[in-house]
Amino acid sequence: MTALLAQGTSYDVEAVRADFPVLTRVIGGRPLVYLDNASSSHKPRQVLDAERAFVEQHYSNVHRGVHTLSQEATDAYEAARTTVASFLGAADPHEVVFTKNATEAYNLVAYSFGNARAGSRFALGPGDEVCVTEMEHHSNLVPWQMLCERTGATLRWIPLTDEGRLDLSELETLVNERTKVLAFVHVSNILGTANPVETLVARAREVGAFVLVDGAQSAPHQVVDVQALGADFFVATGHKMLAPSGIGVLWGRRELLDAMPPFLGGGSMIEVVQMGGSTYAPAPERFEAGTPVISQAVALAAACDYLREVGLDRITAHEQVLTARLLEGLRDLDGVSVIGPDSLHSRGSAVSFAVEGVHPHDVGQSLDELGIAVRVGHHCAAPVCRRYGVPATTRASSYLYNTEGEIDALLEGIRTVQRFWS
Amino acid sequence: MTTNTSPESLYQEIILDHYRHPHHKGLRDPYDVEVHHVNPTCGDEVTVRVKVAEGPDGATVQDVSYDGQGCSISQASTSVMTDLVIGKPVDRALETSEAFLTLMQSRGQVEPDEDVLEDGIAFAGVSRYPARVKCALLGWMAWKDATAQAVGGTAPQDRTASRTTGGAA
Ligand SMILES: Cc1ncc(COP(=O)(O)O)c(C=O)c1O
Repeated sequence: MTALLAQGTSYDVEAVRADFPVLTRVIGGRPLVYLDNASSSHKPRQVLDAERAFVEQHYSNVHRGVHTLSQEATDAYEAARTTVASFLGAADPHEVVFTKNATEAYNLVAYSFGNARAGSRFALGPGDEVCVTEMEHHSNLVPWQMLCERTGATLRWIPLTDEGRLDLSELETLVNERTKVLAFVHVSNILGTANPVETLVARAREVGAFVLVDGAQSAPHQVVDVQALGADFFVATGHKMLAPSGIGVLWGRRELLDAMPPFLGGGSMIEVVQMGGSTYAPAPERFEAGTPVISQAVALAAACDYLREVGLDRITAHEQVLTARLLEGLRDLDGVSVIGPDSLHSRGSAVSFAVEGVHPHDVGQSLDELGIAVRVGHHCAAPVCRRYGVPATTRASSYLYNTEGEIDALLEGIRTVQRFWS
Repeated sequence: MTTNTSPESLYQEIILDHYRHPHHKGLRDPYDVEVHHVNPTCGDEVTVRVKVAEGPDGATVQDVSYDGQGCSISQASTSVMTDLVIGKPVDRALETSEAFLTLMQSRGQVEPDEDVLEDGIAFAGVSRYPARVKCALLGWMAWKDATAQAVGGTAPQDRTASRTTGGAA
């Protein structure tokens, strides 16, 4: 990384790679080509070191003691919150709630709304609507289905166009005066599509709906400024952005978080507890019942620092080069079709494709024999597969440490797969 | 070179043959029970029909037909399954099915008995790929389910709702 900084503006991918021990692995006799980053990313030494140093020297439970370690751990945990808040452009660290993953964050909001008393601005009932999109990850779909089931509200969704974008022609009908929540994915994990946040937020504001943006696939790859996005809630997940698994982030406007009913009850989230009932702490503690994910939070902050040091704009630009090369290469292959936007315009680095006549499982397994890791399956977005008439897809997703040579290896690998299965 | 067909490899010639030229594929009449099983993690699907009749050795698997879509492993293992169970007394077919299940759960530690599993021994390598074991068991579990219903005389009330989740895979 020192090399990287010394290079000034040119992106030194080899210097970045040197920070990721796993990238030296050899699989099936070949160097690992890891193109499954949309599923989970690897961790640089800096993140591993930060977590280890914390656990070895400063670990204790947080917000619970007067001894030195307890104070140091609490300070580190709260400093991590401040770092993550600044990484996301939040106005205030109190707006950042640590969860165990992105999935818990959507559930937190949905259950909190479900716990609201009738008449509260968060409460839903028959006649109210929640709007999502047809490209949601199951984790930002099923919790809303469950909320609708519990409350009698109706779930609606924005459909997809043939090229893998949101079909906004009926937006005014789908997001209307009855809509209480509009929840959508910022960048799709299966199609790669980057959605028009501004248009969607503007429509939600017109009708007074709360807006939740699923940033699981955007926060790792681009500058995110939650205030500029204009949403009410934004969700990210640590393991896709160089941090360990076990840590997720819910950002919410402070005024909303302080007013929303709690989701999980327990220690840390309370103010006064009596046998007859309790009052609750303000956010973020209100939503962090029990011992939180402490060392993972510290590691997530180290990951945010690492990403900022490399530079998110530079990471985005690097990934665009890789994505362009991949899309172009796939276009040149007979019998391969991209599912999702086929141009760099408004898209991330996840590229799904179908290899004619070869099931994605067989594509993925054969690529693995060449040391190439891709994801196969429905990517927790089964409705998307149904929409495009495929049982599953093969997906390659690059990140800051991937190289053009690795994209070429994948393209060559697909040709080998085609020969084997022809 | 990929994709190799060495003894440790997943993709044995026998598997590829069954995949490219499946046996007993296509849904046929008559049948007693039809079931539809899916693999929720990858979207593979299979519809299996079973006809059971009284034979000299008791209840016998008279016919098994199927249709489905999925990867080479699920399609080939279903094809092999039909070869192994059609014409066998139900108890013996179930024993074969148990032997295949044991092989699949063996993580490469069990030497398969060719007399029992015939072409099924080609799947020994699959047991080392836990992510693919479900694929290999899809057709077998569907057959077992349909046969249990046919023998038990339970009416095929719900022909589409069965799933392979929670099974041995
Ligand atoms: C777009 C999107 N949303 C949400 C999630 C869920 O993240 P997690 O599994 O960390 O809860 C994922 C990860 O698979 C994702 O890609």
